[in-house]
Amino acid sequence: MPNLNNKTEQSGRLAIDGELTIYTALELKDQLLAGLSATEELELDLSAVGEFDAAGLQLLVMVKQEALALGKALRFTGHSPVVLDLLDLSGLAGFFGDPLLFVHNAVEGKAL
Amino acid sequence: MIPDEYLQSFVVECGELLEAMEEALLMVEQAAEDPEIINAIFRAAHTIKGSAGMFGLDPIVAFTHAAESVLDQVRSGDMAMTSALAALFIEAHDHLVILVCHIAEGSQPTDETDNQGKGLIAQLEAYLGGAAVAEASVDMPAVHQATVEREGGDAVGTDHWHISLRFGTEVFRNGMDPFSFVRCLTTLGSIVELVTLIDAIPPAQEMDPETCYLGFEISFSSDADKVAIDSVFNFVRSDCLIRILPPRSKVSEYQRLIQDLPEQEMRLGEILLKCGTLTPEELEQVLDFQAAQGENQQRPIGEVLVEQHMVSPPVVEAALEKQKQVKENKKTEANLIRVDAEKLDELINLVGELIIAGAGTNMIARRANMADLTESTATLSRLVEEVRDSALALRMVQIGGTFNRFTRVVRDVSKELGKDIDLVISGGDTELDKTVVEKIGDPLTHLVRNSMDHGIENAELRLARGKPAKGTLRLNAYHDAGSIVIEVSDDGGGLNKEKILGKAIERGLVSEGANLSDKEIYNLIFEAGFSTADTVSNLSGRGVGMDVVRRNIQALRGSIDLDSIEGQGSTIRIRLPLTLAIIDGFMVGVGNDVYVIPLDMVVECIELDAWAGDESDGQYLNLRGEVLPYRRLRDHFDKEGDRVQRENVVVVRYGEHKAGLVVDKLMGEFQTVIKPLGKLFRSEKSIGGFTILGSGEVALIVDVPGLMGQIEHEREAGELVSFPRSGAV
Repeated sequence: MPNLNNKTEQSGRLAIDGELTIYTALELKDQLLAGLSATEELELDLSAVGEFDAAGLQLLVMVKQEALALGKALRFTGHSPVVLDLLDLSGLAGFFGDPLLFVHNAVEGKAL
Repeated sequence: MIPDEYLQSFVVECGELLEAMEEALLMVEQAAEDPEIINAIFRAAHTIKGSAGMFGLDPIVAFTHAAESVLDQVRSGDMAMTSALAALFIEAHDHLVILVCHIAEGSQPTDETDNQGKGLIAQLEAYLGGAAVAEASVDMPAVHQATVEREGGDAVGTDHWHISLRFGTEVFRNGMDPFSFVRCLTTLGSIVELVTLIDAIPPAQEMDPETCYLGFEISFSSDADKVAIDSVFNFVRSDCLIRILPPRSKVSEYQRLIQDLPEQEMRLGEILLKCGTLTPEELEQVLDFQAAQGENQQRPIGEVLVEQHMVSPPVVEAALEKQKQVKENKKTEANLIRVDAEKLDELINLVGELIIAGAGTNMIARRANMADLTESTATLSRLVEEVRDSALALRMVQIGGTFNRFTRVVRDVSKELGKDIDLVISGGDTELDKTVVEKIGDPLTHLVRNSMDHGIENAELRLARGKPAKGTLRLNAYHDAGSIVIEVSDDGGGLNKEKILGKAIERGLVSEGANLSDKEIYNLIFEAGFSTADTVSNLSGRGVGMDVVRRNIQALRGSIDLDSIEGQGSTIRIRLPLTLAIIDGFMVGVGNDVYVIPLDMVVECIELDAWAGDESDGQYLNLRGEVLPYRRLRDHFDKEGDRVQRENVVVVRYGEHKAGLVVDKLMGEFQTVIKPLGKLFRSEKSIGGFTILGSGEVALIVDVPGLMGQIEHEREAGELVSFPRSGAV
């Protein structure tokens, strides 16, 4: 199960632990939006995300768009390998605008 | 196999589309290039192809595809819709009707049908100039080379496939992950560029995290063929919009892609750029419809909707058009519900029962003499009446649809006869009961064919008679006194009185020397075994027909008669009751019995004594100077008992005939549910059915036309000299 740790109230930092998938999307949506509303600047730690799918990706897009709409800063940090993998595949890394380091395992295109 | 109910709706839908297509084709054949009409034809073909594809009905798909490709060229203005082409499409349409028929019956097309289909496809392809359209071909590499050779300039430069995916909202809930398909794709080749579309994700409040909002645009490099790539998406096919374009597809196909996808053109254009599928120049080319229009060597296959009136800026225009289309689609979807006709019948039956039960309550309320109760039942009856009217209105359909079918009949028959005949339709929005509409088709067809074959002369004779060479056939409908009147008129030679009379005497239908009015002579043609045609054509003239027509019309409680002016044409008038189920009735009493006269036919009620009195031994009354034949219902139905002191006359009108019915009592309006009489009473012409009164008693419904006919008949039998029916009235 996912676990949302609110590590430090002031800086606005959340960490998602475990699945970020269709199975957890419903509850995570509320938690993420609640987290976002509580602070002006939110950092979302993705280092402990063990599973990540299209529904999870969609959720991150939604939060990011919401943050943009509200004029708040939202950063994703510590992307776990599964998150990196899907961001790379989806070509949405640019949309999120967080510094990432992709390790391409193929020269031509993105053979995965 | 396909579940029956789906197949059923497929067949029904196809039937409607084909009808629309035929109508449009006939218009095109005459008026030619209206882009709206061509679009309508294209849309019909396209939709049939689409639904047939869903059911895997390959013969239909293959056939419509050929038709669609040619239509596409017409639509884009590369090919003119000549009348020869329109005629070919009409044949194609007929072939499709046959194919759909086979589907409906679950039978296999015969070899002959197959061959005909192949012949038509070949003819259609001849119009395409041999350059087969790449889009539906499965054998991609071959076509790909061919395309490059023939029209290299039109192809997009990229060597990559382009795949567009828009996932349905239920994809996640169905346990699928869109990215798994992308990963699967990588087993066939490599993804050059993938753009994830997040445009459809709604704002936070409205977003359902378990609903899929994603789409992909993928530029894909692979040696696999289209089938292999397509099969990757097998599991998600029903839930996903999939478009796969092979490498070096034509500009026009991208154009179509852009139009197909839900996003706005500009946004899509950017995505295609980002994918590297198109270069900026190519994108410009794709979006520049006007340029495409100008360069004739280019042949856009696209779903371009308004090419012909495209003005700059083209992109905005196209986007607006698409929006409009979506709105229109929604509108028609919301406005129509398909209902089983049986359910409607059941509803009408129930309403009938409701009326009978309501009448009972009304009576009890009146007897109880409670003001409150009477008032409330009055309200109730008013509501019941409204319910009745709306229920009946549900069954009402416009006759226009039936009329329009004759455009085709007239076209075909005039070709066959070598006559040039115009069909003019009016009153198409006149409504009548669905059952009546269904049954009127055959008799009407017969009348129309008859008019064209015998009525309208050939061109030389017409010119000799000082008439325009082109004949005119008119179909008209209107409401009149509770019935609907349908007229079939032509401006042909009219009927030859002497010839008809001679023939009638020869056949023993009338005795020699009988003094008949013009009208009576004309109406002789409705007698069995009567035909005056000198030559028997395969259309009519075999002496069967007019009597069958009359019998069919009479079975619908209608009547038919004919007017003709020699040398100028004739008009056949069919008069039908509006509905077959529930009518407004007028109750009258004779002795202890109650009769119901259809209210629509009642003109007025007058006390018998108020008149100058009987004239001509109880046969006619003088109604303000008019001669009015009358009949005592008491005598007609052989009722015992004495005449009451103050008898009343109900003046009824049917068509142009009027008659008076003398009754004992006038009892007022009554909502009448017509129940058919048993077989025993079939020969009784003057009673049309019965109904149940509020008290539970049975009342007979007077069939006014039948009664009039009977009076006439008896009088003619009684008198040697017949009275001109319509002369004085």
